[in-house]
Amino acid sequence: MIGQAVLPTPELVFEPLLPELVLVVFAMAGLLYEALAKRTEAVVHLSIGLVGVVLAGGTSLWLWDWDGPATVLGDAVSADRFAVLARLLLLVVAALGLLLGHQYFARSGDEQRGEFTPLLLFATSGMTLIVASADLILTFLALEILSLALYVLTGLTGRRAANEAAMKYFLLGAFSSAFFLYGVAMAYGATGTTKIAAMALALTGTGEAQALAVLGFALLAVGFAFKVSAAPFHMWTPDVYQGAPTPITAFMSAATKVAAFGALIRVLDVAFQALAWDWAPVVWGLAAASVVIGSILAIAQTNVKRMLAYSSIAHAGFILTGLTAAGSAGIRAAMFYLVAYAAMTVGAFGTVMVVSGRGEKRTRIGDYTGLARTNPIAAALMTLFLLSLAGIPPTAGFIAKVNVFSAAIDAGYWVLALIGVVTSVAAAFFYLRVIVLMYMQEPEPAAPSLTEKVGIGAENSATAILAIPAAATLLLGVFPGVIVGIIRDASVLRW
Amino acid sequence: MPDYYSSYGVVLAVVAAGAILVAVAFTAAKLIAPHRPLPAKLTTYECGIDPVGEGWSQSQIRYYVFGFLFVIFDVEAVFLFPWARVFESLGWAAVVEMGIFIAILATGLLYAWRKGVVRWA
Repeated sequence: MIGQAVLPTPELVFEPLLPELVLVVFAMAGLLYEALAKRTEAVVHLSIGLVGVVLAGGTSLWLWDWDGPATVLGDAVSADRFAVLARLLLLVVAALGLLLGHQYFARSGDEQRGEFTPLLLFATSGMTLIVASADLILTFLALEILSLALYVLTGLTGRRAANEAAMKYFLLGAFSSAFFLYGVAMAYGATGTTKIAAMALALTGTGEAQALAVLGFALLAVGFAFKVSAAPFHMWTPDVYQGAPTPITAFMSAATKVAAFGALIRVLDVAFQALAWDWAPVVWGLAAASVVIGSILAIAQTNVKRMLAYSSIAHAGFILTGLTAAGSAGIRAAMFYLVAYAAMTVGAFGTVMVVSGRGEKRTRIGDYTGLARTNPIAAALMTLFLLSLAGIPPTAGFIAKVNVFSAAIDAGYWVLALIGVVTSVAAAFFYLRVIVLMYMQEPEPAAPSLTEKVGIGAENSATAILAIPAAATLLLGVFPGVIVGIIRDASVLRW
Repeated sequence: MPDYYSSYGVVLAVVAAGAILVAVAFTAAKLIAPHRPLPAKLTTYECGIDPVGEGWSQSQIRYYVFGFLFVIFDVEAVFLFPWARVFESLGWAAVVEMGIFIAILATGLLYAWRKGVVRWA
């Protein structure tokens, strides 16, 4: 043996990774079913996906009371309650995405693609992994797992707009991944480690190599800002959200934000906590730019999916507003906002899916004229989600906005809170415009695409799925206390 | 920490030396070499063979999928060689893990095969 260095083998504790392992196993089961079965049934695909998600949720719940080490597998995976809560949120969104996708393929007239369920599970496994990642290398890997699956999902129907969206998402996403990786390299240069706990220790006190660390953070921030679609790194969002099949837009608009913010919170509040004075202005600037650009550009949109995409940019800004407060106050505000945002955005895009009909023909805002007459349930659901997105009580969006603004004010960033409040007022205009169209105008007479009806059964089951986010939106708006305690427990990052 | 940044000075010196070397060589060639322009010197191959066709040529899209599958197993080999060097000292866990890794890739190949990717028709 020439110079045989004995590798320090980390103790193999796999339990905190169980949710991801379950998801990957079920994703591969779905792939094998697609490949080996003579005739594939959509229901079987859906069942495989749902069982996988539920089992992953069960193992996550079990991890809530994990009393082993805070990080396992060589300090690469963290087993704290923050990861558990973020995972559960992601898994609920994934389940809704699976159900909506099943409905979508049943009614949109697109070819049923057996790859939908496995890809969605793979994307979810990347997302649940990234929120638990305590090592920037693992964060990057998880980011790629979720991104690659999402690129393919975006173009899954092969429709022209979907292909274009997938291509744009892929090119820009690959570009932003490079920024992220370069940021990891810089952070490694500054601290000599990629593990975020060790990074936090290396940056505390001495004050050496600050410039390199700040540069590393800046590049990491570019990568994260792209993934959460914060301005000025938001350019891909409207095109991709509009072009992707609507259930996939619903899934990724909610889940990608939860995942990327989960990882960003760990980077900000653990790895770079010693540099809070340096990163707070960066987060401030991203937040202000996102709320302003998202809210103003949304006013000019004529397509509902595009409008909701700009609205999601603004919401990324609101979440960042909460994160300007370092430590657990900011984490609590951001987590609540993420839960509320996930519920209302999945609901809003889900309703868009119900309304859009075959081949996604009806996604213009004008198509919502008089919807209260032709489809009162969809109109009522859309109203609830839009009011919540606008931040009007008694909905989850209102409580969530109050939380992030008060967190920012407590941290001394009242100007940012002021910008947020003013733009919220401006943003209310385009949300309310859709509601006015739905309720106060007559439907356009006799455009054939408007009178086209899908089967009543399909209509009802799609609406039944949307009852879940609707209930969450209302419940969190009226009784926010139900999850405040859970979020408080989860807001302490262990490292 | 001046030491830390000055260690980058070596990198800077190498880059500068490289740039100077190229600049000096080209300037010297410019000054010393005789200058006799001919139209033949502007063709693609100076040996006198005329190029045929365009620089852009089309190739079968099928090669892409094959190339893709090849890269997957090429990268697998990259992981296998260092593993083969040390798995003895890592014990059974390493063998099982590598088995899982290969099984996942094999699943991918099985899927590609069943989807008709490796059929050339």
